[in-house]
Amino acid sequence: MKYMLLMNTTDIGHPPITEWEPADVKAHIEFMREFTEGLVKSGEFVSGEGLALPDEAKIVTARDGGAPAVTDGPFPESKEFLAGYWIVDCDGLDRALEIAAAASASPGPGGITLNHPIEVRQVLSAPPDAEL
Amino acid sequence: MTDARVEDLLRDLAPQVLGALMRRYDDFAAAEDAVQEALIAAAEQWPEQGLPGYPRGWLIQVASRRMTDHLRKEQARRRREDLVAAQPAPDAVAPDTDDSLTVLFMCCHPALKPAAAIALTLRAVGGLSTAEIASAFLIPEATMAQRISRAKQKIKSSGLPFRLPTDAERPERLRLVLHVLYLIFNEGYTATAGPALARVELSAEAIRLTRAAHRLLPHESEVAGLLALMLLIDARRPARTHADGTLVPLAEQDRSRWDADTIAEGIALITETLPAGPTGPYQVQAAINAVHDEAKDAADTDWPQILALYGVLERLSDNPMVRLNHAIAAAMVHGPANGLAMLEPLADKLSGHHRLHAVRAHLLEMSGDETAAVAEYRAASNKATSLPERHYLMDRAAQLRRQAGPDVH
Repeated sequence: MKYMLLMNTTDIGHPPITEWEPADVKAHIEFMREFTEGLVKSGEFVSGEGLALPDEAKIVTARDGGAPAVTDGPFPESKEFLAGYWIVDCDGLDRALEIAAAASASPGPGGITLNHPIEVRQVLSAPPDAEL
Repeated sequence: MTDARVEDLLRDLAPQVLGALMRRYDDFAAAEDAVQEALIAAAEQWPEQGLPGYPRGWLIQVASRRMTDHLRKEQARRRREDLVAAQPAPDAVAPDTDDSLTVLFMCCHPALKPAAAIALTLRAVGGLSTAEIASAFLIPEATMAQRISRAKQKIKSSGLPFRLPTDAERPERLRLVLHVLYLIFNEGYTATAGPALARVELSAEAIRLTRAAHRLLPHESEVAGLLALMLLIDARRPARTHADGTLVPLAEQDRSRWDADTIAEGIALITETLPAGPTGPYQVQAAINAVHDEAKDAADTDWPQILALYGVLERLSDNPMVRLNHAIAAAMVHGPANGLAMLEPLADKLSGHHRLHAVRAHLLEMSGDETAAVAEYRAASNKATSLPERHYLMDRAAQLRRQAGPDVH
């Protein structure tokens, strides 16, 4: 079964990564690399990407009979932004939660663990019922 | 000989060659790799140079050479080169035993999770490449390679010898084999979106593997039952989706598009198998699908017979999903209230499962309670785990709401 693990940037009381010590940034990046590599080795990795910071984001809204509206970030009204995601193919929800818990424990500033919330969503990839 | 025919031949020979190697070298992981390399070499050479006189012997010889190279490297590492040199080369023309079945049992190993057993079976028994299997499951090749490699390591460390299961082990081991084949078949129905053309047809592959198992085990009634079940379901495939990929429920399918030859084959097989026994769940499910496939239109369906068969199935394998389908059959024979009453005790066991809501929606629609049916279709669509099925359920809710008029929301 396929699940998407979403890592949102939420305010969990730490400074943003751009303000961390270089060694902490390095440790965080190394953790993410090893985590993804671990998913390939366990035969569960489908895909995963990190996204550019929300400062660079744009929001596009189609408008009736006119050019779409394009708004530049940052968007102070939104508290959460998607920072990155993984799609895994694993035995079931329990295993997906286990993987998410491991991702949540990434290292943060000063060597603490971030315990970052990871949202787990099932991908609708199951076969439909044969006798519908 | 065309590439396609070479490929078919290679894939039939793959498990036999692996079996022959396993008789000689007790290293499943390395033997399986060696066979893949021999298959690749043959796929390159045979279409151009023509078939060797004894294709199976050719493959065994090439795979053995790879295996010897591998062992030499391994053992060099352990500084025991002299021992390898003393090992006799395997016979190019091995005794004419077919070890495909042992390979199949090995791949559907009790220590493996279904996803791992499926991948390994497709490669070692089906002769598919890792890239082909990866694309069939829409995952990267590197991930699939690791999945297969871990599966092989697990088999190796389990210490299970390369032989057929004993009589005592056999029923349980055969059940695992059939379950893996069924899952491969079922997975084939996911392929409605994405680059479908480039994908290996998993349902066709499952039928091919089950046919081979049936040839090797002609007296196992459940193997025949599973093959008949697959044929009888697959025969409806052309009518199962619209051109745009949306699902068409059984009752609304254009039956002229069903594959009559495949239906005839499935019915002949199940008709011949059932009286021989022993009867098992796959045979009963095949019989149920035979009844559907024999009906000239939905109204012509012999629901009393299907209801009776679900009674048999429930005695053989009582699980909530069987009861759910039993309730539909009961509703078709005795009316929706009867079916709805049968769903009541399932509410706990299947709570949150979209099929429970979908069946309830269908039976409520039959009973004329449109408001409740719309709510259940919506609940079902929210919980569906298949995208085409979710779209179908959403559409059903919308249609019913429109038919019912402004009072239903």
